[in-house]
Amino acid sequence: MDPADRGQPEGAQPSRRWISLLLGSGVLASIASFLYPAIRYIIPPPLAESSSRSVVAAKVGDLKNNSGVVFKFGSEPGILVRLADGQYRAFTAVCTHLSCTVQYRADLREIWCPCHNGLYDLAGRNVSGPPPRPLQAYEVHIQGEDIVVSRSA
Amino acid sequence: MAELYHRILKWLDERFGAGAVEDFLRHKTVPLHRYTIWYYFGGMTLFLFVIQVLTGILLLLYYRPTANDAFESVQYIVTQVRFGWLIRSVHSWSANLMVFTAFVHMFSVYFLKAYRKPRELTWISGMLLLFIVLGFGFSGYLLPWNTLAFFATKVGTDMAGFVPIVGKWILVFLRGGPEVTGATLTRFFGFHVAVLPGLATLLLAMHLLLVQQLGMSVPPSVERSIAEGRAQPRSMPFFPNFLLRDIIGWYVALGTLGALAAIFPWELGTKADAFAPAPAGIHPEWYFLFMFQTLKYLPAKIGFIDSELLGLMAFGLAGLVWLVVPFLDYKAGFGRVTRFFTGLGVFALGYMVVMSALALR
Repeated sequence: MDPADRGQPEGAQPSRRWISLLLGSGVLASIASFLYPAIRYIIPPPLAESSSRSVVAAKVGDLKNNSGVVFKFGSEPGILVRLADGQYRAFTAVCTHLSCTVQYRADLREIWCPCHNGLYDLAGRNVSGPPPRPLQAYEVHIQGEDIVVSRSA
Repeated sequence: MAELYHRILKWLDERFGAGAVEDFLRHKTVPLHRYTIWYYFGGMTLFLFVIQVLTGILLLLYYRPTANDAFESVQYIVTQVRFGWLIRSVHSWSANLMVFTAFVHMFSVYFLKAYRKPRELTWISGMLLLFIVLGFGFSGYLLPWNTLAFFATKVGTDMAGFVPIVGKWILVFLRGGPEVTGATLTRFFGFHVAVLPGLATLLLAMHLLLVQQLGMSVPPSVERSIAEGRAQPRSMPFFPNFLLRDIIGWYVALGTLGALAAIFPWELGTKADAFAPAPAGIHPEWYFLFMFQTLKYLPAKIGFIDSELLGLMAFGLAGLVWLVVPFLDYKAGFGRVTRFFTGLGVFALGYMVVMSALALR
């Protein structure tokens, strides 16, 4: 519409547009300044990553042959398995499917996730069911009476 | 007595027109036909929701939402507090019955095409309410902080991580960190008692307003036989006839709840331990079983993609189609029943029932 039709002096239109723009961007900026801290608040601060690269998972003699135990490794569970021949193996106990905690099945001689029936062999390889990847393996050392599990560097 | 009642009514009428409410109640009717029974399930769901609000408030008097205290506080409620076992069991049972009646309501509306024009928004608000009800179920399940709930929450929130691009963000937002911990419990508590009730109240007001505005939908087949002169349109007054029938239903529901709570008190299980293996036979609440069972059947990878992503996308797409079905099945608005959409409903219901049954086997 021609500004003259509304009885406004010529040139009023651009300044009106400027005012709308300034007001609009001011309102948007203030909304953004309210939302930003709120969104940052919703995301929790990162946890201090556990620095320990190794942990005492169990004592020698705690585990019988052909059995397993879940231990705390930093903020995650790990699983220590004693094979039928007495060897030790350790893996993360977090299933690669949907993060349930796995367990050792003495009857199957495999590592089993009960949540969706996933199976891993004793090398941590996903052999059946939904898990898409093998379990990450840890190193096991015997130091005196302690069975020490450590992340490989 | 009658004198006093009329004086109070007159006083209110002079202030906000209470007569309009009376008028409204007098004129609202409910259509009568062979499918009238299905009209009761919405009101039943609403009644069970009210039970949830009331028992929920009572549980809040003793519940403590931290990883150290939650399990013990629920244990305290069911063993020490007088009638605590009853309140807690009614809350759990009523939650399950509410999910059930909400599903019955949803499927009856679907099969009777009540979502057709002009009730598209009523359907959408109802579907959003159903999602909120499932959110209530999922968040409430964790609150006793027992082993089953701990792992169900781990799996459920882990799935959110598969959403492309924003998945990790959603996962951290839900869990309050990268893992399921006490922070997750505190967050879920907040969702369960503040965020979801607020959203539910808003949507419920919208849903009920739309239902009042538009009246009850008459199924296309009944409409047709009336139009062809094979049947007479019949109805009953909402107040008091329909409401009294509603109340009988609610009374029966209350009795059922009391009986279920007394005969089958809800179990508490064992306290969650983040460093114990997941127990054998672990499963989510029954209304998530069909998704759970589907996940079990999927192989690790389908083609190049993680099958979880594919499963999640399939369920997401199905949910979206279901949400906007009034717009896809727009022909129903002209009274035309499309076989495809009826078939789709039968398939969806069949899939859910069969998969759930397989999971329970």
